[in-house]
Amino acid sequence: MNEKTEKLIDKKGIRLDGRKADELRSLKLEVGVLPNADGSAYIEHGKNKILVGVFGPREVHPKHLSRPDRMVVKCRYHMAPFSVPERKSPAPSRREVELGKVIRESLEPALFLELYPRTGIDVFIEVLQADGGSRCASITAAALAIADSGIPMRDLVAACAAGKVEDTVVLDLYDAEDKLGAADVPVAYMPNLNAVTLLQMDGILAPDEFEKAVDMAIDGCKKIYALQKEALKTKYMNVKEEIKEEPEE
Amino acid sequence: MSTLITRVRQKQIGQTIDAGKRLDGRALTDYREIKIEQGLIEKAEGSARILLGKTEVLVGIKVEIGTPFPDTPNEGVLTVNVELVPLASPNFEPGPPDENSIELARIVDRGIRESKAIDNEKLCIEPGKKVFVVFVDVYVLNHDGNLIDASALAAVSALLNTKMPNYEIKDGEVKIKQGYTPLPLRSHPITVTIGKINDKLVVDPWLEEEQVMDARISMAINDEGNICAIQKGLAGYFTPQQIKEASKIAQEKAAEMRKKLKW
Repeated sequence: MNEKTEKLIDKKGIRLDGRKADELRSLKLEVGVLPNADGSAYIEHGKNKILVGVFGPREVHPKHLSRPDRMVVKCRYHMAPFSVPERKSPAPSRREVELGKVIRESLEPALFLELYPRTGIDVFIEVLQADGGSRCASITAAALAIADSGIPMRDLVAACAAGKVEDTVVLDLYDAEDKLGAADVPVAYMPNLNAVTLLQMDGILAPDEFEKAVDMAIDGCKKIYALQKEALKTKYMNVKEEIKEEPEE
Repeated sequence: MSTLITRVRQKQIGQTIDAGKRLDGRALTDYREIKIEQGLIEKAEGSARILLGKTEVLVGIKVEIGTPFPDTPNEGVLTVNVELVPLASPNFEPGPPDENSIELARIVDRGIRESKAIDNEKLCIEPGKKVFVVFVDVYVLNHDGNLIDASALAAVSALLNTKMPNYEIKDGEVKIKQGYTPLPLRSHPITVTIGKINDKLVVDPWLEEEQVMDARISMAINDEGNICAIQKGLAGYFTPQQIKEASKIAQEKAAEMRKKLKW
């Protein structure tokens, strides 16, 4: 870290981007955006712009990966070369491999894997622009895309991070806070089951700060969850209107 | 990383844990026996071998001169790599690292990096040009469960045993001199992994318990008892209450484990 010219939080507790400590960035969610995918979603979470496509349940390739007692979920998290200030090589980095794994594991608890033996679904996540918290935004969108594909789910998965910036626990860190802040705690949560399906942390937090961060992130997830449901409903409202508009006979 | 295990055995493991016990006689929050041996690889700048029950991990550390990252010109570089050596388990295959080995390496890396265990600025030779690069290579020699804690402990033990070559700068050239200085360490992070089996929290799951466990959570704890890295894994979940409980268990266990380190 070279120098911190500006304070990330001012005396009134307002962050550099104008938010309060427990305020989410603006969110835009849309489902059914890709014609060729079985399910899809697009999310704008702050400046994050992420597209998710879901394919399946379908035959697993390569075949030896299929399981006789359940469905396998494959998940690819991938960042576009132009998604970050310095061009990212399109080859999958170790970070992307790890994120693919933890995102998959955050979605699997929502699925009835045992109902689809010998099949698989593919979740493809393309980060078009990243601005801190892209794994959380990816999970939020991926859960919507799976719901859009019609695969039964125990609950939607909503995700959001909390962290520590200048001794304050804050919600939903953006890029600068993520890089210069003291800690980052991404959380994915299924509200109906009270289940945390993703939890990671880096930085240093005292145990009580950690508990506060987890609680704050879960509250953020609940707000995002409401928006997710809204986005799903909106798609079918639009379908309803389209049907109405078509002339009879 | 799965081995076949019979339904009867799965049930047995679950029922014993329901009763607050474990098949190998441990309590739910007990670690297996830990043995640490340091400095067994003479050609490496640092090394350590850990036995956690039957899980065996060897860590070798090489210190070389390299270039710093452009955004941190006066800091040394840390690189962690994990080899799941095929002789350690019937399920490990030779080839490029798979997602399990990448995840494991990144968990070990995060524990060391986020606790600021290595005093990176002391590894700088010439700002922006030359720094020491610390390569932590984790070699899993026998897989009997909980590779995360074994690897993290072995890595810290090996760092404690690491010597950096002395050097001098002559006419802009770095010359290695006789003798060594110990690697500057500020913290000794301990990673504690807790599994969830039948909705109960179990410390240091071994191989068979890993087959029936729904989810795991690994927490790295620094010397002050603060949390410096977390990773939840596997396709299960934790309730917020269980996470807080796990954090308390991790604090206690990390303090206990830290006493076993030699420094």
